[in-house]
Amino acid sequence: MSLTLRLVWAFISLGVVTVWGLTLTGIVAKIFARVQGRLGPPVWQPFIDIIKNNAKRTAITHGVMFFLGPVFRIAGGIGTYMFIPVLFGNIYFSNFSMSGDLLLVMYFIFFGQLGMALGAGEGGHPYSAIAVARGLAQMTAFEVPFALSVISIAIQYGSLNIIDIVAAQQGGFLTWTLFTNPLAVIAAMIAMLGMNMHNPFSLVIAPNEIPMGPPTEYQANYLGLLATNRGIFNGAKLVLFMNLFFGGATNIPVLMAKTFGIYMFSVFVGAAFPRFRAEDSIRFFLKYPTLIGIVAVVIWTI
Amino acid sequence: MIEDKDLDIQEETPPPESVIPAEAGTDPTEPASRYPFHNTEWRSEDCKLRNEGLPEEERDWFADARPQPARTSNQIMEKFFNWCRAHSLWILAFGTGCGAIELRPLVTSRYDISRLGMQMRPTPRQASVFVIGGYVSIKTLKRIVRSYEQMQGPKFVVAVCSCAINGGMYWDSYNTIKRIDEYIPVDVYVTGCMPRPEAVMAGFTKLKELIMAGKAEGQNLYAEKFDWYKANQKQVIKDWNMPDYNW
Repeated sequence: MSLTLRLVWAFISLGVVTVWGLTLTGIVAKIFARVQGRLGPPVWQPFIDIIKNNAKRTAITHGVMFFLGPVFRIAGGIGTYMFIPVLFGNIYFSNFSMSGDLLLVMYFIFFGQLGMALGAGEGGHPYSAIAVARGLAQMTAFEVPFALSVISIAIQYGSLNIIDIVAAQQGGFLTWTLFTNPLAVIAAMIAMLGMNMHNPFSLVIAPNEIPMGPPTEYQANYLGLLATNRGIFNGAKLVLFMNLFFGGATNIPVLMAKTFGIYMFSVFVGAAFPRFRAEDSIRFFLKYPTLIGIVAVVIWTI
Repeated sequence: MIEDKDLDIQEETPPPESVIPAEAGTDPTEPASRYPFHNTEWRSEDCKLRNEGLPEEERDWFADARPQPARTSNQIMEKFFNWCRAHSLWILAFGTGCGAIELRPLVTSRYDISRLGMQMRPTPRQASVFVIGGYVSIKTLKRIVRSYEQMQGPKFVVAVCSCAINGGMYWDSYNTIKRIDEYIPVDVYVTGCMPRPEAVMAGFTKLKELIMAGKAEGQNLYAEKFDWYKANQKQVIKDWNMPDYNW
């Protein structure tokens, strides 16, 4: 396939994952509302919010970095997604997965957050600064079990190429990493709770405490861009986890079912638990998930 | 059952240029230039804001430009955008008076405004609806003006409780203003002391209708009659130590 055609297909799949990621956000808001005994917003509410934010007639900026913050964030989201194969064995939905491996994807997960931290810092709001400090500290903490888990499956499959990892899991659900390397999956799934930033790891946005967190000063198109990125990034993370641990997907319905299931794990935990404090959250990640991750690595090294 | 008297909602027409605030206490036969709201010393000849309330060294930190009326998109797009705006009302979660207590039940499972696409927003930058919850003391008015100007347009104001409409039980108070719409443009009033949450929700429904009909243009009204609003504000806020327009 020519490069132009690959680009076109990559952007089509980007559109698909954005819509799916935002729909998931809407479904999750609905589920949280039902748990709290409310009716909740309609499932399509995230789309209306994004259109409304982009249709604002005025927007103000606090400087160049403030402007670039959401741009870095969405670049991180798109970058993460572009190097993940979406459907196994489908040449149209593999994005640019052959050009980069798992380490590049992990770098891109970090990249957006760092850019956003700089942008939110220039906004000058104290809540932004507190949330950025919390967010980066927590991110560093949950990257440890996630990195250990990735090292473990890299040893297991002898490759960092995501397509190879998915290929090794084909042939029945018992070949999924979930069953062949359960410890790595447990460590990574706990790390995912931190990535998704629902309770008990909702330190960054922390409603009722430091309302909104980093995007406190962001409005209008900036906020629209950040909300769009939330859809892309959500989708990208779920597709990555599906590929690494749950055998990937060969068609769209399977992809939707699996990513929905993976997301529901963090939603169930989020609906059931209250919020950790910053120091408790970091201590938690560096304790049990890290130990599980180390054991997962040691088992496969021996 | 909601009674009709609880839902007494009025649609506010913009105040004409010639309206004289009741507080002015001046004789209407005197020349117009003597009324305080015709005092425009706070801006220069070319309409740049002087920001004289601020210390000299801080004036450069703030913009000296006045707000300009925003251009609207073409009609079909604007209708679609207005529909989105009406179905995604983000309320600024500032309690500016005792009536704000009636907003809290709205987010609970009993009334649940989130099913209408509404949510509380803790920062004026992201909010689109400002709910004036009852009496407005001059101290609060300063914060209201600041927050209102920091909101990004289109922005809407719902005034809840009698006190925001005519002063209510504070009508002769020395430190409470009587009509909030002399200081910021108001789209919908909800009367009552206090109005029930159902009445507040009915007010929001009315606001939605106004937005979808393209009649809720308070942002543009504020920009067009900026001198009038600013003069009224400066008349009551004596310790003006903030920029003339808070971008």
